[in-house]
Amino acid sequence: MSELFYDAAPNATRVAPERPGPRQYPAKPREVVLFGTCVVDLFFPEAGLDAIRLLEREGIRVHFPEGQSCCGQPAWTSGYATEARVVARAQLAILDAGMPVVVPSGSCAGMFRQHYRELFAEEPDTLERVASLAERTFELTEFLLNVCQVEWHDLGEPTRIALHTSCSARREMNTHLHARELLGKLAKVERVDHHHESECCGFGGTFSVRMPEVSGAMVKDKTESLVTSGADEMVTADGGCLMNINGSLDKQQQAFRGRHLASFLWERVSGEGKA
Amino acid sequence: MSERIPVTELTDGFRDRAEVALADGQLRTNFRTAMDSLMKKRADAFPDEEEREGLRELGNRIKARALSRLPDLLEQLEAKLTDNGVKVHWAETTEQANEIVHGIIQARQGSQVVKGKSMVSEEMEMNDYLAERGVECLESDMGEYIVQLDGEKPSHIIMPAIHKNRSQVSKLFHDKLGVEETDDVNELIQIGRRTLRRKFMEADVGVSGVNFAIAETGTLLLVENEGNGRMSTTAPPVHIAVTGIEKVVENLRDVVPLLSLLTRSALGQPITTYVNMISGPRKADELDGPEEVHLVLLDNGRSGAFADAQMRQTLNCIRCGACMNHCPVYTRVGGHTYGEVYPGPIGKIITPHMVGLHQVPDHPSASSLCGACGDVCPVKIPIPELLQRLRQENVKSPAEGAKVKDGGAKYSRKERLVWRFWRTLNSSPVLYRLFLWGATRFRKLTPKNVGPWTENHTAPVPAKRSLHDLAREHLARNGGQ
Repeated sequence: MSELFYDAAPNATRVAPERPGPRQYPAKPREVVLFGTCVVDLFFPEAGLDAIRLLEREGIRVHFPEGQSCCGQPAWTSGYATEARVVARAQLAILDAGMPVVVPSGSCAGMFRQHYRELFAEEPDTLERVASLAERTFELTEFLLNVCQVEWHDLGEPTRIALHTSCSARREMNTHLHARELLGKLAKVERVDHHHESECCGFGGTFSVRMPEVSGAMVKDKTESLVTSGADEMVTADGGCLMNINGSLDKQQQAFRGRHLASFLWERVSGEGKA
Repeated sequence: MSERIPVTELTDGFRDRAEVALADGQLRTNFRTAMDSLMKKRADAFPDEEEREGLRELGNRIKARALSRLPDLLEQLEAKLTDNGVKVHWAETTEQANEIVHGIIQARQGSQVVKGKSMVSEEMEMNDYLAERGVECLESDMGEYIVQLDGEKPSHIIMPAIHKNRSQVSKLFHDKLGVEETDDVNELIQIGRRTLRRKFMEADVGVSGVNFAIAETGTLLLVENEGNGRMSTTAPPVHIAVTGIEKVVENLRDVVPLLSLLTRSALGQPITTYVNMISGPRKADELDGPEEVHLVLLDNGRSGAFADAQMRQTLNCIRCGACMNHCPVYTRVGGHTYGEVYPGPIGKIITPHMVGLHQVPDHPSASSLCGACGDVCPVKIPIPELLQRLRQENVKSPAEGAKVKDGGAKYSRKERLVWRFWRTLNSSPVLYRLFLWGATRFRKLTPKNVGPWTENHTAPVPAKRSLHDLAREHLARNGGQ
């Protein structure tokens, strides 16, 4: 391939940051910060708590700075960059301590790692702090797999699950394979494929309320493929997708449900069955 | 919390058309089937990820290099083509482009035109313009022919009639051409071809698009699968090519990787059936080919995109349609929902420069930003990032001065206030925790109906206790903080 790069000049006009390449992982730290995300905070707090438990199980001391709120993504993806920047700056101040930041959601982690650079592109001083945060940010499954290098004994009953990977995890963090690999470490968990697995569930933050017709068609297709996959339940590492998919299943009065991967993993490795 | 924010109820053409398209089961099946097949074909065409990524990077650099020298290359192209005997015309608007084309036809006293596939001619609405002036313009690409016969516009830039299945085409031919209905695709193609063959010989002028215009040699390169492009550009005595100014590349060598990217991304083909390279009219000692060749170079807002370093990346596009094929929104609603010449993700970022954001105010929002389009783009246009940028331009107040044509189309004081409130809430730890406290304590009061969200979901009910509460308690017990 290299000879094809004959005289193609370096790309002077490219503005967008490159997608992340393979990442070098540090040794397991003694302490981390958990950034809970606003959706988990309010709607799936147990998932956040289970993430803390999973980290503590690896001998890591977890900090949860009380000042944290939202990463800023809702405003950013809605076109309100100024508003997003104010909220992002508040999170930057809270997460400045130099500790690794673990996030139980691919899209919020992607916001820290990818979009803060765009958000603060015109503030060179802030960009240094942004780069530090990006370097220290890990999506939960990525952290458990590559930094903690967990080895688990599966204490749960045999089960079949469908894994839903968020678009942000897939495209901004490259972490969709991490969740898959983590599940592979559980002896009694069988992962089943579903149709159009890599396709968006239709959430997209405010997209789901700005374009309810199209978004609704997307989540309807997604839930149908999950329900017919033969899985007992769905797991995902993203709060937004979870709220979208479960909300739609509930509206359709389906019995099938999804839950956060952190809760599923904690149940399997702790043996604490939760009905 | 984004989903709890009331956004301004938006109604415009896109949403209304989307609703109609979503209710059309046949249309949805046609698109889903077609897009699934196209996605598979592209995947099969790039079995080696490393090769694919290397090629995409190369494609991006070639286009970026060409765009960085765009004015120079266009001048060089004009000089070379003129040397080769091609007449070059410049058009800033589609109206000017149409006048030029009509002028050339008039000079030959022409009344019949055959056209190979060209999205720029769609942009110009050339068929209607010429028809109003007594010139018949017949589409010779089979897909274009089908949509023209049905009085429609293309719903995809590569496969204009992809929204129809074979029985719909059969019925159309039966209704319009009076032929027997048939389910045999080959027979259907033959029916179309019989009509077109005669037209190629009778036409006064042939019109085509251009895939790549090569500055160094003054060559117009066209790819196609059916042979109609070759017929349109060689059989009639006059050939008029129309193209956007962004299609110019430096040299022939640049074309090799771009062609490979184009055909593999579009239809999963290693190469097309026909690659036409036109460098001038028929020479004195040649037996065939047109007596006159013209090139119309159209701007139509492209220089506006060019002037903005970030938006310039839009002009990398080589019109393969892969972004459409992989877009979950396009797959659901089809090309006509976009209401413009260029549908799908690329349409959403290029159309505002052509017609202004006020014409397509909902285009930037009609995406979940899933990123599939950016992932498959053969020339690495960061479509999701450009959509984000357009969203920002879209909500700018008149005082903020949007940088994209007719920006500020979606500015709403009410919506801005909602986001200001969100900002205050999320940047003040005290207020945020007060909000958590209230939302969890009064969770039973959550309304059952929360606007557009509850059209497709039940309302999300806050947990009994927030993660802030649970974590504080848990970590205090475990000696954390």
